[in-house]
Amino acid sequence: MKFAVIVFPGSNCDRDMHHAVQEVLGEEADLVWYQNSNLENYDGILLPGGFSYGDYLRSGAVASTSDVMNQVKEHAAKGKPVLGVCNGFQILTEAGLLPGALMRNKGLSFMCHQEALMVQNNETMFTGGYGKGEVVRFPIAHGEGNYFCDAETLAELKANNQIVFTYENNPNGSVSDIAGITNKEGNVLGMMPHPERAVEALLGSDDGLKLFKSIVQNWRESHYVANA
Amino acid sequence: MRKVTVYITLKQGVLDPQGKAIQESLHSLGYKEVQEARVGKYIEMQVEDGTDIEVEARVKQMCDKLLANPVIEDYHFEVEGAVRS
Repeated sequence: MKFAVIVFPGSNCDRDMHHAVQEVLGEEADLVWYQNSNLENYDGILLPGGFSYGDYLRSGAVASTSDVMNQVKEHAAKGKPVLGVCNGFQILTEAGLLPGALMRNKGLSFMCHQEALMVQNNETMFTGGYGKGEVVRFPIAHGEGNYFCDAETLAELKANNQIVFTYENNPNGSVSDIAGITNKEGNVLGMMPHPERAVEALLGSDDGLKLFKSIVQNWRESHYVANA
Repeated sequence: MRKVTVYITLKQGVLDPQGKAIQESLHSLGYKEVQEARVGKYIEMQVEDGTDIEVEARVKQMCDKLLANPVIEDYHFEVEGAVRS
Protein backbone atom coordinates (compact mmCIF):
# COMPACT_ATOMS: atom_id res chain seq x y z
CA MET A 1 0.00 0.00 0.00
CA LYS A 2 1.33 3.40 -0.95
CA PHE A 3 0.80 6.47 1.21
CA ALA A 4 1.30 10.16 0.51
CA VAL A 5 2.26 12.38 3.44
CA ILE A 6 1.29 15.88 2.37
CA VAL A 7 3.79 18.52 3.41
CA PHE A 8 2.68 22.15 3.76
CA PRO A 9 4.89 25.07 4.71
CA GLY A 10 4.88 24.75 8.49
CA SER A 11 4.10 21.03 8.72
CA ASN A 12 6.34 19.50 11.37
CA CYS A 13 5.09 15.97 11.99
CA ASP A 14 5.52 14.92 8.36
CA ARG A 15 8.71 12.98 9.03
CA ASP A 16 7.23 11.25 12.08
CA MET A 17 4.31 10.15 9.91
CA HIS A 18 6.64 8.99 7.13
CA HIS A 19 8.80 7.10 9.64
CA ALA A 20 5.77 5.38 11.17
CA VAL A 21 4.54 4.14 7.80
CA GLN A 22 7.80 3.33 6.07
CA GLU A 23 10.14 2.21 8.83
CA VAL A 24 7.78 0.79 11.45
CA LEU A 25 4.79 -0.36 9.42
CA GLY A 26 6.91 -1.39 6.44
CA GLU A 27 4.67 0.13 3.75
CA GLU A 28 5.59 2.65 1.08
CA ALA A 29 5.30 6.35 1.85
CA ASP A 30 6.34 9.54 0.07
CA LEU A 31 6.65 13.02 1.46
CA VAL A 32 4.62 15.04 -1.06
CA TRP A 33 5.10 18.80 -1.23
CA TYR A 34 1.70 20.52 -1.47
CA GLN A 35 2.49 22.31 -4.74
CA ASN A 36 2.40 20.67 -8.16
CA SER A 37 1.54 17.36 -6.59
CA ASN A 38 -0.28 14.44 -8.13
CA LEU A 39 -2.05 12.12 -5.73
CA GLU A 40 -3.51 9.78 -8.32
CA ASN A 41 -1.14 6.90 -7.64
CA TYR A 42 -1.53 6.86 -3.87
CA ASP A 43 -3.79 4.53 -1.96
CA GLY A 44 -3.90 6.52 1.25
CA ILE A 45 -3.44 10.20 2.13
CA LEU A 46 -1.92 11.33 5.41
CA LEU A 47 -2.18 14.96 6.54
CA PRO A 48 0.42 15.45 9.26
CA GLY A 49 0.53 17.76 12.25
CA GLY A 50 2.30 21.07 12.54
CA PHE A 51 1.46 24.69 11.97
CA SER A 52 0.71 25.03 8.27
CA TYR A 53 1.06 28.68 7.24
CA GLY A 54 1.86 29.55 10.83
CA ASP A 55 -1.79 28.99 11.81
CA TYR A 56 -2.55 32.33 10.14
CA LEU A 57 -6.23 33.37 10.25
CA ARG A 58 -7.30 30.05 11.83
CA SER A 59 -5.32 26.84 12.15
CA GLY A 60 -5.65 24.89 8.90
CA ALA A 61 -7.64 27.62 7.12
CA VAL A 62 -5.03 28.67 4.58
CA ALA A 63 -3.87 25.11 3.80
CA SER A 64 -7.50 24.08 3.26
CA THR A 65 -7.73 26.37 0.22
CA SER A 66 -4.67 24.91 -1.55
CA ASP A 67 -5.01 22.95 -4.78
CA VAL A 68 -3.76 19.74 -3.19
CA MET A 69 -6.86 19.74 -0.98
CA ASN A 70 -9.06 19.54 -4.08
CA GLN A 71 -7.17 16.36 -4.94
CA VAL A 72 -7.62 15.10 -1.39
CA LYS A 73 -11.37 15.72 -1.78
CA GLU A 74 -11.41 13.71 -5.02
CA HIS A 75 -9.44 10.93 -3.33
CA ALA A 76 -11.90 10.92 -0.42
CA ALA A 77 -14.90 10.89 -2.77
CA LYS A 78 -13.58 7.61 -4.20
CA GLY A 79 -13.79 6.07 -0.73
CA LYS A 80 -10.02 5.90 -0.26
CA PRO A 81 -8.60 6.49 3.22
CA VAL A 82 -7.62 9.97 4.40
CA LEU A 83 -6.13 10.45 7.86
CA GLY A 84 -5.55 13.92 9.31
CA VAL A 85 -3.70 14.20 12.59
CA CYS A 86 -3.58 17.38 14.68
CA ASN A 87 -3.09 20.18 12.13
CA GLY A 88 -4.25 17.61 9.57
CA PHE A 89 -7.56 17.33 11.47
CA GLN A 90 -7.83 21.13 11.54
CA ILE A 91 -7.25 21.26 7.77
CA LEU A 92 -9.92 18.59 7.17
CA THR A 93 -12.55 20.54 9.13
CA GLU A 94 -11.61 23.80 7.41
CA ALA A 95 -11.82 22.07 4.03
CA GLY A 96 -15.30 20.80 4.86
CA LEU A 97 -14.29 17.14 4.68
CA LEU A 98 -15.20 16.76 8.35
CA PRO A 99 -17.87 18.64 10.31
CA GLY A 100 -17.16 21.02 13.20
CA ALA A 101 -14.16 23.15 14.07
CA LEU A 102 -11.13 23.07 16.36
CA MET A 103 -10.83 25.98 18.74
CA ARG A 104 -8.35 27.22 21.30
CA ASN A 105 -7.93 24.80 24.23
CA LYS A 106 -10.23 25.63 27.10
CA GLY A 107 -7.27 26.32 29.41
CA LEU A 108 -5.52 28.43 26.72
CA SER A 109 -2.24 26.51 27.08
CA PHE A 110 -0.46 24.45 24.47
CA MET A 111 -0.44 20.90 25.82
CA CYS A 112 2.06 18.18 25.06
CA HIS A 113 1.67 14.90 26.94
CA GLN A 114 0.19 11.44 26.67
CA GLU A 115 -3.58 10.98 26.92
CA ALA A 116 -5.74 7.92 27.39
CA LEU A 117 -8.35 7.53 24.64
CA MET A 118 -11.26 5.19 24.33
CA VAL A 119 -11.99 3.51 21.01
CA GLN A 120 -15.69 4.25 20.54
CA ASN A 121 -16.04 2.76 17.10
CA ASN A 122 -13.87 -0.16 16.02
CA GLU A 123 -15.82 -0.78 12.84
CA THR A 124 -13.98 1.77 10.71
CA MET A 125 -11.16 1.13 8.25
CA PHE A 126 -8.87 2.86 10.75
CA THR A 127 -9.81 1.04 13.93
CA GLY A 128 -10.64 -2.54 12.92
CA GLY A 129 -7.63 -3.80 14.86
CA TYR A 130 -8.83 -2.36 18.17
CA GLY A 131 -11.49 -3.66 20.51
CA LYS A 132 -14.59 -1.56 21.11
CA GLY A 133 -14.07 0.27 24.37
CA GLU A 134 -10.32 -0.42 24.31
CA VAL A 135 -8.30 2.29 26.04
CA VAL A 136 -5.17 3.39 24.18
CA ARG A 137 -2.46 5.92 24.96
CA PHE A 138 -1.43 8.48 22.32
CA PRO A 139 0.50 11.72 22.78
CA ILE A 140 -1.28 15.01 22.23
CA ALA A 141 0.54 18.20 21.20
CA HIS A 142 -1.79 21.08 20.44
CA GLY A 143 -2.98 24.52 21.41
CA GLU A 144 -6.16 24.38 19.37
CA GLY A 145 -7.68 20.97 19.82
CA ASN A 146 -10.96 21.94 21.42
CA TYR A 147 -13.47 20.28 19.12
CA PHE A 148 -16.69 22.23 18.66
CA CYS A 149 -19.85 21.56 16.72
CA ASP A 150 -23.47 22.56 17.21
CA ALA A 151 -25.99 20.29 18.92
CA GLU A 152 -27.52 19.17 15.64
CA THR A 153 -24.14 18.11 14.21
CA LEU A 154 -23.26 16.34 17.45
CA ALA A 155 -26.49 14.36 17.31
CA GLU A 156 -25.63 13.36 13.73
CA LEU A 157 -22.11 12.33 14.69
CA LYS A 158 -23.53 10.11 17.42
CA ALA A 159 -26.32 8.68 15.28
CA ASN A 160 -23.86 7.73 12.51
CA ASN A 161 -21.18 6.37 14.85
CA GLN A 162 -18.74 8.99 13.56
CA ILE A 163 -17.11 9.55 16.96
CA VAL A 164 -14.16 7.19 16.84
CA PHE A 165 -11.95 8.27 19.76
CA THR A 166 -12.86 10.07 22.98
CA TYR A 167 -10.61 11.36 25.76
CA GLU A 168 -10.83 9.56 29.07
CA ASN A 169 -9.84 12.84 30.79
CA ASN A 170 -10.84 15.66 28.47
CA PRO A 171 -7.76 17.93 28.31
CA ASN A 172 -9.02 20.72 26.05
CA GLY A 173 -12.76 21.24 26.43
CA SER A 174 -13.87 19.29 23.35
CA VAL A 175 -17.62 18.66 23.19
CA SER A 176 -18.52 15.13 24.28
CA ASP A 177 -14.78 14.46 24.95
CA ILE A 178 -14.25 14.08 21.20
CA ALA A 179 -10.67 13.28 20.16
CA GLY A 180 -11.33 11.92 16.67
CA ILE A 181 -14.19 11.65 14.18
CA THR A 182 -14.80 10.27 10.72
CA ASN A 183 -16.94 11.59 7.91
CA LYS A 184 -20.31 9.96 7.37
CA GLU A 185 -18.85 7.50 4.85
CA GLY A 186 -16.15 6.47 7.32
CA ASN A 187 -13.10 6.89 5.06
CA VAL A 188 -11.87 10.25 6.37
CA LEU A 189 -10.58 10.29 9.96
CA GLY A 190 -9.46 13.41 11.79
CA MET A 191 -7.95 13.24 15.25
CA MET A 192 -5.95 15.54 17.50
CA PRO A 193 -3.83 12.86 19.28
CA HIS A 194 -0.83 11.51 17.39
CA PRO A 195 -0.94 7.80 16.50
CA GLU A 196 2.26 8.22 14.46
CA ARG A 197 4.10 9.15 17.64
CA ALA A 198 2.85 6.01 19.36
CA VAL A 199 4.34 3.27 17.21
CA GLU A 200 7.31 2.21 19.33
CA ALA A 201 7.05 0.99 22.92
CA LEU A 202 10.52 2.40 23.58
CA LEU A 203 9.10 5.88 22.99
CA GLY A 204 6.21 5.46 25.41
CA SER A 205 3.49 3.65 23.49
CA ASP A 206 2.94 1.53 20.43
CA ASP A 207 -0.85 1.74 20.61
CA GLY A 208 -0.93 3.77 17.38
CA LEU A 209 0.53 0.99 15.28
CA LYS A 210 -2.80 -0.86 15.18
CA LEU A 211 -4.39 2.17 13.52
CA PHE A 212 -1.96 2.05 10.61
CA LYS A 213 -2.17 -1.75 10.44
CA SER A 214 -5.95 -1.50 10.30
CA ILE A 215 -5.78 0.81 7.27
CA VAL A 216 -3.46 -1.58 5.47
CA GLN A 217 -5.46 -4.67 6.36
CA ASN A 218 -8.69 -3.03 5.21
CA TRP A 219 -7.05 -1.98 1.97
CA ARG A 220 -5.68 -5.49 1.34
CA GLU A 221 -9.05 -7.10 2.04
CA SER A 222 -10.98 -4.69 -0.18
CA HIS A 223 -8.37 -5.09 -2.90
CA TYR A 224 -8.42 -8.84 -2.70
CA VAL A 225 -12.21 -8.85 -3.01
CA ALA A 226 -12.10 -6.31 -5.82
CA ASN A 227 -9.58 -8.34 -7.78
CA ALA A 228 -10.97 -11.79 -7.04
CA MET B 1 -10.12 50.96 -5.01
CA ARG B 2 -12.50 50.59 -2.16
CA LYS B 3 -11.72 49.88 1.41
CA VAL B 4 -13.55 46.89 2.84
CA THR B 5 -13.61 46.26 6.56
CA VAL B 6 -14.55 42.82 7.84
CA TYR B 7 -15.44 42.15 11.49
CA ILE B 8 -15.38 38.55 12.65
CA THR B 9 -16.71 37.52 16.04
CA LEU B 10 -17.28 34.23 17.78
CA LYS B 11 -20.90 33.13 17.71
CA GLN B 12 -22.91 33.60 20.85
CA GLY B 13 -22.78 30.36 22.80
CA VAL B 14 -19.28 29.49 21.60
CA LEU B 15 -16.88 29.61 24.54
CA ASP B 16 -14.10 32.16 24.24
CA PRO B 17 -11.34 31.19 26.68
CA GLN B 18 -9.16 34.06 25.46
CA GLY B 19 -11.94 36.56 26.15
CA LYS B 20 -12.42 35.07 29.58
CA ALA B 21 -8.71 35.43 30.37
CA ILE B 22 -8.87 39.08 29.26
CA GLN B 23 -11.90 39.68 31.44
CA GLU B 24 -10.08 38.19 34.44
CA SER B 25 -7.01 40.34 33.71
CA LEU B 26 -9.19 43.45 33.56
CA HIS B 27 -10.72 42.44 36.88
CA SER B 28 -7.28 42.08 38.42
CA LEU B 29 -6.52 45.63 37.23
CA GLY B 30 -9.60 46.79 39.11
CA TYR B 31 -12.05 47.06 36.22
CA LYS B 32 -14.67 44.99 37.95
CA GLU B 33 -17.41 46.43 35.76
CA VAL B 34 -16.38 44.21 32.83
CA GLN B 35 -19.04 41.53 32.66
CA GLU B 36 -17.81 39.85 29.50
CA ALA B 37 -14.99 40.18 26.97
CA ARG B 38 -14.99 38.43 23.62
CA VAL B 39 -12.16 38.51 21.11
CA GLY B 40 -12.72 38.83 17.40
CA LYS B 41 -10.84 39.71 14.24
CA TYR B 42 -10.75 42.83 12.14
CA ILE B 43 -9.59 42.64 8.53
CA GLU B 44 -9.03 45.59 6.20
CA MET B 45 -8.84 45.00 2.46
CA GLN B 46 -8.41 47.23 -0.56
CA VAL B 47 -10.45 45.76 -3.39
CA GLU B 48 -10.92 46.78 -6.99
CA ASP B 49 -13.91 48.97 -7.54
CA GLY B 50 -17.27 47.70 -8.76
CA THR B 51 -20.91 48.37 -8.08
CA ASP B 52 -22.02 48.13 -4.45
CA ILE B 53 -23.88 44.91 -5.19
CA GLU B 54 -20.91 43.31 -6.95
CA VAL B 55 -18.41 44.20 -4.28
CA GLU B 56 -20.71 43.14 -1.48
CA ALA B 57 -21.50 39.82 -3.14
CA ARG B 58 -17.79 39.07 -3.66
CA VAL B 59 -16.86 40.02 -0.11
CA LYS B 60 -19.65 37.84 1.26
CA GLN B 61 -18.18 34.91 -0.70
CA MET B 62 -14.72 35.65 0.69
CA CYS B 63 -16.11 35.61 4.21
CA ASP B 64 -18.00 32.36 3.70
CA LYS B 65 -15.12 30.60 1.98
CA LEU B 66 -12.15 31.74 4.01
CA LEU B 67 -12.24 34.80 6.25
CA ALA B 68 -14.76 33.42 8.72
CA ASN B 69 -15.58 29.88 9.78
CA PRO B 70 -19.38 29.63 9.83
CA VAL B 71 -19.24 26.79 12.37
CA ILE B 72 -17.94 29.06 15.11
CA GLU B 73 -17.94 32.63 13.81
CA ASP B 74 -20.30 35.39 12.68
CA TYR B 75 -19.17 38.26 10.48
CA HIS B 76 -20.30 41.55 9.09
CA PHE B 77 -18.52 43.96 6.80
CA GLU B 78 -18.53 47.50 5.53
CA VAL B 79 -17.75 48.57 1.99
CA GLU B 80 -16.47 52.12 1.80
CA GLY B 81 -18.93 54.42 0.04
CA ALA B 82 -21.62 51.76 -0.31
CA VAL B 83 -25.20 52.85 0.24
CA ARG B 84 -26.54 50.61 2.97
CA SER B 85 -29.58 48.78 1.71
